[in-house]
Amino acid sequence: MDNFELVILLLDATLRTSTPLILAALAGMFSERSGTINLALEGMMLGGAFSAAAVAYYVGNPWIGLLAAIGTTICLSLLHGFACITHKGNQVVSGMAINILMSGLTALVGIALFAQGGKTPSLDHGSRFQPITLPGADAVADVPVLGSIYSELLSGHNILVYVAFLAVPAAWWVMYRTRFGLRLRAVGENPGAVDTAGIGVVAMRYRAVMCSGVLVGMSGAYLSTAQGASFLQDMTAGKGYIALAAMVFGKWRPFPALFACLLFGFLDAAATRMQGVILPGIGEVPVQLVQALPYVLTVVLLAGFIGRATPPKSLGRPYVKER
Amino acid sequence: MSDTMHQMHGAGETGAVQPAIELRGIDKRFGAVHANKSIDLKVEKGTIHGIVGENGAGKSTLMSILYGFYQADAGTIHVDGRLCDIKGSEDAIAVGIGMVHQHFMLVEPFTVLENVILGVEGGAILREGVDKAREELRRLEREYSLDVNPDAIVGDLSVGLQQRIEILKALYRGAEILILDEPTGVLTPQEADHLFRILETLKQQGKTVVLITHKLREIMAATDNVSVMRQGEMVAHRKTAETSPEELSELMVGRKVLLRLEKGEAAPAATVLEVDNLCVETSQGVRKVKNASFSVRAGEIVGIAGVSGNGQSELLEALGGIRAVTEGQVLLNGLDVTPGRGVDAAELRKRGVAHVPEDRHRMAMVTSFSAKEAAILGYEDDATYQKGIFLNWHAISDATEHMMSEFDVRPNDPDLKAANFSGGNQQKLVLAREIMRDPELLLVGQPTRGVDIGAIEFIHKRIVAMRDAGKAVLLVSVELDEIMSLADRILVMCDGSIIGEVSAAEANERVLGLMMAGVDPHEAKAAEGSA
Repeated sequence: MDNFELVILLLDATLRTSTPLILAALAGMFSERSGTINLALEGMMLGGAFSAAAVAYYVGNPWIGLLAAIGTTICLSLLHGFACITHKGNQVVSGMAINILMSGLTALVGIALFAQGGKTPSLDHGSRFQPITLPGADAVADVPVLGSIYSELLSGHNILVYVAFLAVPAAWWVMYRTRFGLRLRAVGENPGAVDTAGIGVVAMRYRAVMCSGVLVGMSGAYLSTAQGASFLQDMTAGKGYIALAAMVFGKWRPFPALFACLLFGFLDAAATRMQGVILPGIGEVPVQLVQALPYVLTVVLLAGFIGRATPPKSLGRPYVKER
Repeated sequence: MSDTMHQMHGAGETGAVQPAIELRGIDKRFGAVHANKSIDLKVEKGTIHGIVGENGAGKSTLMSILYGFYQADAGTIHVDGRLCDIKGSEDAIAVGIGMVHQHFMLVEPFTVLENVILGVEGGAILREGVDKAREELRRLEREYSLDVNPDAIVGDLSVGLQQRIEILKALYRGAEILILDEPTGVLTPQEADHLFRILETLKQQGKTVVLITHKLREIMAATDNVSVMRQGEMVAHRKTAETSPEELSELMVGRKVLLRLEKGEAAPAATVLEVDNLCVETSQGVRKVKNASFSVRAGEIVGIAGVSGNGQSELLEALGGIRAVTEGQVLLNGLDVTPGRGVDAAELRKRGVAHVPEDRHRMAMVTSFSAKEAAILGYEDDATYQKGIFLNWHAISDATEHMMSEFDVRPNDPDLKAANFSGGNQQKLVLAREIMRDPELLLVGQPTRGVDIGAIEFIHKRIVAMRDAGKAVLLVSVELDEIMSLADRILVMCDGSIIGEVSAAEANERVLGLMMAGVDPHEAKAAEGSA
């Protein structure tokens, strides 16, 4: 296998590993730009993954599974909203509570329904999202460089990968070019300004966390019905937190967050590739070290490089009318 | 009570021109606090109507009810003679009421245009409304001579300009009635004058303006009519031309008050505090105090004037030992006490520096503590408060009671929670704690912020008494009246630098105002001379 082929394969894997991160990071952005910290991404993703796999298994249709996942995560985001927006609770505590709840609940329901140790049964071909061959991909496959980029790198992914990448410009457009986005950003900066402009702060924030729910639901469904073929216990393995880190790294903006997700996705893909590879002068890199790399990088980046990122001013602060 | 009020007003209502706003029997409670007691108010169309009252008199609550921020428990609101049910800001906007809040309701990272259209975007997609909004904004700016660049980021603009955006926001929403809540608190006197000119223009265009303030000078200068509130009640309505500051202040407080502080000549003696080339930076590396040098002598009050946020807070915190100094030196009676170099707030206290911080609730006291706990903060190690390894609560209670009677803190109850005292009484307790230690140097910031007029008089007298007892006093205040009536020498700070010094005798509002805006003192005085 030549180097070019290797690069293509690595980038191809990057697209697949970054997809759930992108969707979740955008989800986090909608919530946090409106002022609600969303640490619950991890648990919501897990809940979405479980619902998608379980429902797709029963119904035999990944689209119904996707809807179930989105339904689950919207419910969870409303729960988060109820605690944080309506009752002005601590947003971090609520988020963590949802994460712990979903980690236990998905395993519990999984065992109760399928008795496979918290797994869901493997999905067959028709119950999963299948790769899509872009038009003309086969025809140009033999064209050097560009042809293989198109046919191997860009073509042949499942629909959710394309949705995730299209969601980035779409989220940008909603955020910066629509009335909804303007109000959403305003409510995260100065809810008082929104309130005095005659717009309901609570309703605005609920809408934002629901957007968050929709996106993170897709990311969960991707894990269990597109990338994988079943739900595994705690299968998110911190992806929700990494997505959150990517969002912070991207300064709460869609495109920078996309690049952060691609970086994390690339490291993840590279980690898989690096296993068992013998590097000249170093020898075989321990698998654990390679696997830890994305997490180490997260810590380093968050600690060192983005010190000056300014979060939305009212992030984490429930809106209380002052006397 | 409020029912009979209604009838009385109903019967008397015969005039052809309806008032722009009429409030009848507005009543509002917050738990135990009766913030508005059956308030009646008429504001004539096309006038500037002032509402004065001390802090906590209920002015802001009343206006918040009018703007739909709170709901009244009882009473009705009539706009242009029509009964209005104002349940939220959107209802107020719909009947043509606009409000400029004391703390601006602006989204700082947004552009001026985005702030103005927020809530009235004119379509789900921004572009549809934006061009029209830009056109409309230009027209409004021309009409009322409010110059603002619509594409500037609001956070980068000065407070004076931000306030204009608030006014533009209201006008853009078609406001016929504009309420301004304490609009001049953050402005230089020149900016305030500009604001009053804008209000005058608005009035000429037929708009009605309601101006809420506690500054009598502004009421006298800018309004046509004035209503006075005291402890939640509307106590008087006057035509501005037929009243005087003395009468208004008496109405506000309920008794005669001295507006002008009587004090003798200062007799400055030896230098107590000497500050040399002091620089202070924030943790982000922003230089807030730039090469400040000055001295304070025993027996004099040195005032530091400036628009809020020009480095005076950081200077005071550094001298109080709670903020490290990046450069320069501080000498106390000739000894080096530069904060951050082995000297902290506790050490300074031991050496006779008392510090009354600017922000009472954040730095001077713990509001959930009882008065006696608050009264020993910072001195809890003092031997008289100890009994073995425990605190001697008897001694503390006695000491607190003594402080409270000496400084007229009401109620005199050492066990009452600090939060339950009024602002003035909290401040008197803090001053008692610091002054009764008999310090060499008193550092005091905003001594009368959020304090009622009666207590202001008392606090000012105590500060002058400190001076007369031969102590050095450094006063930081954004209230020019306070600086001018207390200080013997006035230093003006702008953008972290001390622009210059003016003696109390030659100080006046115009000179200080120009200096606060960064004009060189010689030029400021020359401009004053030629004017």
